[in-house]
Amino acid sequence: MATTIEQLVPIKPKAPDVWDVERIRKDFPVLSQMVHGNRLVYLDNAASSQVPQMVIERGSQYLKHEHSNIHRGVHYLSMKATNAYEGAREKVKRFINASDVKECIFVRGATEGINLVMHGYGRKFIGAGDEVIISAMEHHANIIPWQMLCEEKNAKLRVIPMNDAGELLLDEYDALLNEKTKLVAVAHVSNALGTVNPIKEMIERAHKYGVPVLIDGAQWAPHMPIDVQDLDCDFYAFSGHKMFAPTGSGVIYGKAALLGKMNPFQGGGDMIKSVTFEKTTYADLPNKFEAGTPAISSQIGLGAAIDYLNIIGREKAAAYEHELLRYATERLSAIEGVRIIGTAREKLGVLSFVIDDIHPHDIGTILDQEGIAVRAGHHCAQPVMRRLNIPATARASFAFYNTREEVDALARTVEKVIEIFG
Amino acid sequence: MSELSELYQAVILDHNKKPRNFHKLEAANHTAEGYNPLCGDQLTIYLQLEADAVKDLSFEGAGCAIFKASASMMTQAVKGKSKQEAEALFNEFHRLVTGELDEENEPNQLGKLTIFAGVREFPVRVKCATLSWHTMHAALNNHEKVSTE
Repeated sequence: MATTIEQLVPIKPKAPDVWDVERIRKDFPVLSQMVHGNRLVYLDNAASSQVPQMVIERGSQYLKHEHSNIHRGVHYLSMKATNAYEGAREKVKRFINASDVKECIFVRGATEGINLVMHGYGRKFIGAGDEVIISAMEHHANIIPWQMLCEEKNAKLRVIPMNDAGELLLDEYDALLNEKTKLVAVAHVSNALGTVNPIKEMIERAHKYGVPVLIDGAQWAPHMPIDVQDLDCDFYAFSGHKMFAPTGSGVIYGKAALLGKMNPFQGGGDMIKSVTFEKTTYADLPNKFEAGTPAISSQIGLGAAIDYLNIIGREKAAAYEHELLRYATERLSAIEGVRIIGTAREKLGVLSFVIDDIHPHDIGTILDQEGIAVRAGHHCAQPVMRRLNIPATARASFAFYNTREEVDALARTVEKVIEIFG
Repeated sequence: MSELSELYQAVILDHNKKPRNFHKLEAANHTAEGYNPLCGDQLTIYLQLEADAVKDLSFEGAGCAIFKASASMMTQAVKGKSKQEAEALFNEFHRLVTGELDEENEPNQLGKLTIFAGVREFPVRVKCATLSWHTMHAALNNHEKVSTE
């Protein structure tokens, strides 16, 4: 069956010439609601971002007119569903500039993508005495799978340390790389601190030892263009729900040569060529890694979210976000008693902070009463908290639909928190 | 802000700032550790039990204001009580913060602990208020570790 690019969906936001944030906000129905009597100020985008009308409509159109199971295409609907699903994969390919569509494996999110590589690559190619390198600022999703692997294989987990600003120490990284290193797994952007890591440089250094590199791109993908060929990364994971698509969508990119020699992840329908009780022959890429019926509507939604990002203009969005983060950092830093956690030279999307003698959960509760959504806690990065000697932080994280007025509301309410606690 | 001022009353803010019985108790013969993995609140309860009565108790730990104030006031409320009275108070406190006990119409022994009634408007904070009580209960019953998850 021919895979065609799906038809453009009927709703097309007009690309603004300058960043008209009020116009952009209208694309996100959830943003117009009131919370505890105040206009919602959604600053928890690093946990999960909101979904534009265009993506909602695409999912709804699929459910109303195209839903069926994919890859079993003798009937009309199944062909429609398959075309839409594979069309989304084409969009992903262009979105990350993969050289081939079969290198884009659909998964539930970055966590599942990393686990896929752990099972498919790690369990096959990493053994006793080998070493896996991660960094001090990883999300639990990029720690625990490797810990599980190292425990099972009697391999060793090595950790690139960071400085107090939240920047990785590249000299220490060099010292960790050796002939026993079998994989490097590192975040593109830290979810707890916002640090942008110099991954291109890090990939280059690993490749000198012939070591493949997995990038956890969950916090980069919503903000900046990705070019997996230019990075020369071996694996790149990201989640749809952090980039304006529904939950249950996500991608693990892998170089075809690596994916080809890996073990499958899960066994089941759709990932086989032939099955007998004696032997199963696995399907070619990407189906080999997509056992069972996937989250079809969510992945089609991811394709629509990519369309949306292309329409609004990624570079303009990034420039706007950059300025917003700068403004928020300036506003919060100016408040006496507030300390910004994570002061790396290069940051993206995330502003973590603490207030002297006030626990982040109390900050979070008071902000919530004003309709302001932030995350308070360890952000699934307990080692980061321990390294910086803090129990938790409050974290405001931004998207291109946030405004300076929202930052002002955040700053005002943080001042109120300090006032309440005297 | 009315629900907020109900939650962060002056008494709670005061206990947060200056927690009572906030030290290690050398004479303790029962201890237990409590941990809320969701938010990282953690504490140790030190309890000196004599003839089935709480002769003294104290706590150490770190967490949010609701947690700390609750732990502080719990130690004040439980000190001098029999094991049975302490357990009964725990039961009432738990019902108070989960909205099952109407403190104005149902006879109870909570006294000034009723200021925690405001917590019922903040369901995610109930665990902050009850962690120290669960841990006290564990210490009384010789369980060493409590986790709210």
